[in-house]
Amino acid sequence: MSFIELKDLTMNYGTRSVLAGVHLSVDEGEFVSVVGSSASGKSTLLKIAAGLMEATRGSVTMAGEPVKEFSRKAAFVFQNYSLLPWFSALENVRLAVEGAFPDWPKKRQTDQAARYLQMVGLGAALAKRPGQLSGGMRQRVAIARAFAVEPGILFLDEPFGALDALTRSTLQQELALLCTAVERPVTALMITNSVDEAILLSDRILALSRGPGATLSPSIAVPLAKPRSANLLMHDEGAARIRVRLAEFLIGASGGNSRTRQRGDQAMGKTVPVEA
Amino acid sequence: MMKLTLRNFAYSLVGIIALGALWWIASATFARDLPSPGKTWEESKVYVLQPLEKRGEMDQGIGRMAYYSLTRVAKGFLLAILIGTPLGFLLGSSNTFFRMFDPTIQVLRPISPLAWLPLGLVIFRQSEPAALFTIALCSMWPTVINTMSGVRAMPEDYRNVAKVLQLSRWKTLTKVSIPATIPYIFTGYRLSLGLAWLVIVACEMLTGTPGIGGFLWQEYNSLIYSHILMCILTIGVVGFTLDRLMGIVETRLRVV
Repeated sequence: MSFIELKDLTMNYGTRSVLAGVHLSVDEGEFVSVVGSSASGKSTLLKIAAGLMEATRGSVTMAGEPVKEFSRKAAFVFQNYSLLPWFSALENVRLAVEGAFPDWPKKRQTDQAARYLQMVGLGAALAKRPGQLSGGMRQRVAIARAFAVEPGILFLDEPFGALDALTRSTLQQELALLCTAVERPVTALMITNSVDEAILLSDRILALSRGPGATLSPSIAVPLAKPRSANLLMHDEGAARIRVRLAEFLIGASGGNSRTRQRGDQAMGKTVPVEA
Repeated sequence: MMKLTLRNFAYSLVGIIALGALWWIASATFARDLPSPGKTWEESKVYVLQPLEKRGEMDQGIGRMAYYSLTRVAKGFLLAILIGTPLGFLLGSSNTFFRMFDPTIQVLRPISPLAWLPLGLVIFRQSEPAALFTIALCSMWPTVINTMSGVRAMPEDYRNVAKVLQLSRWKTLTKVSIPATIPYIFTGYRLSLGLAWLVIVACEMLTGTPGIGGFLWQEYNSLIYSHILMCILTIGVVGFTLDRLMGIVETRLRVV
């Protein structure tokens, strides 16, 4: 049974149509990614799914219940870290733990926060403020904050979009490991503009066509063993086939003329071997 | 803010000397009643050199006079920020509230202390509460307006974080909204304090209470003009110091 289900979502900003009839479901323990170029309505889709925004039409249900506001069972990782700069890394995470487990004694909340910060390799930076941390470290804190609440579902909004390429690949790899390291399988819905990032982390990938009036492609399964490594995926034939199919959706959906095609390629941050 | 270096100090001396020269020229030529800088110092040095001396109710050292005024300002300012900060928060966070009260505030804001004080006297029948009323009413607005803009300028991200972290209303206020707005609030406080100090002189002049403004007015009526100049200089120096002190607090908070 699907854990979260989006039915016929339509979103208009005034007269501008952003999403036009989007269907999507994520099963329990499944990691699903939506790939799309920038300004295609990805963030809107995710915010609606998470209950941070209301759709013009359509329904979102989580575990059978309609989603009206951000669920207690969920966690969200923002693209721009969104840490509170006046708190230390530990306080930032502890605040989330406190929100999710208000009945726990303070000591246990702090321990939980510290444990997850150690898992992302920040055991030595607990007392540091976000301003004293690099972009990569800040996003590690944000990831620790999301995992520390032991969420039923994890929403990831271009989690590495603000990072430089090198840090980005390191953190992708770390997230892949973290997802398999936690006790129970992670249910996650991620949106990204990187096809490779999606292949590295997901069980299933969908492409969002370019707006206005964006729709989702049929889903493409990624039947590769986890945790995966970016190095191996580069030469993996199965991954290459998925890359090609996604590229077809993303480029085809934009009309197929050479200008939009080029834009599509850039949006994925990588030259896609369409002829392969 | 300028750094406090010897070079900057030397530069700022130029302005002070230029002002002194202008003063001296004016007193020597067209403004015959204006005491020269030297005469002013001669006649008022007893107030400056024995700042805490008390010879009579309205004849006290400059330190004492400034102290009375500062106490009054502190009370009025405290009243202003106690009312102004929550008011600013409400205006910033509720659109309905803003639409209800913003027009009224815009009308009250430009009213001069000289207009409020008589009203204060009518309401409270005593000069002290009337003065506090006037200071609070006049100096409150920068705090209200800055707090309001601070709440409005809070990034959407912080609101989303508060939602995502499942923070209660109270927690959202104390852990997110207030810390995010503090730099704005303190800019408001600094401006309010400056205004309060401006207003105090007018209040004391009209009520004749002991303090730097009251003393100024009394000496004008007694035709001792050099003391007026001494009072003016003192008001300037005290106001400058207050502003700098608040400025330091403000910069500290901005770093966070």
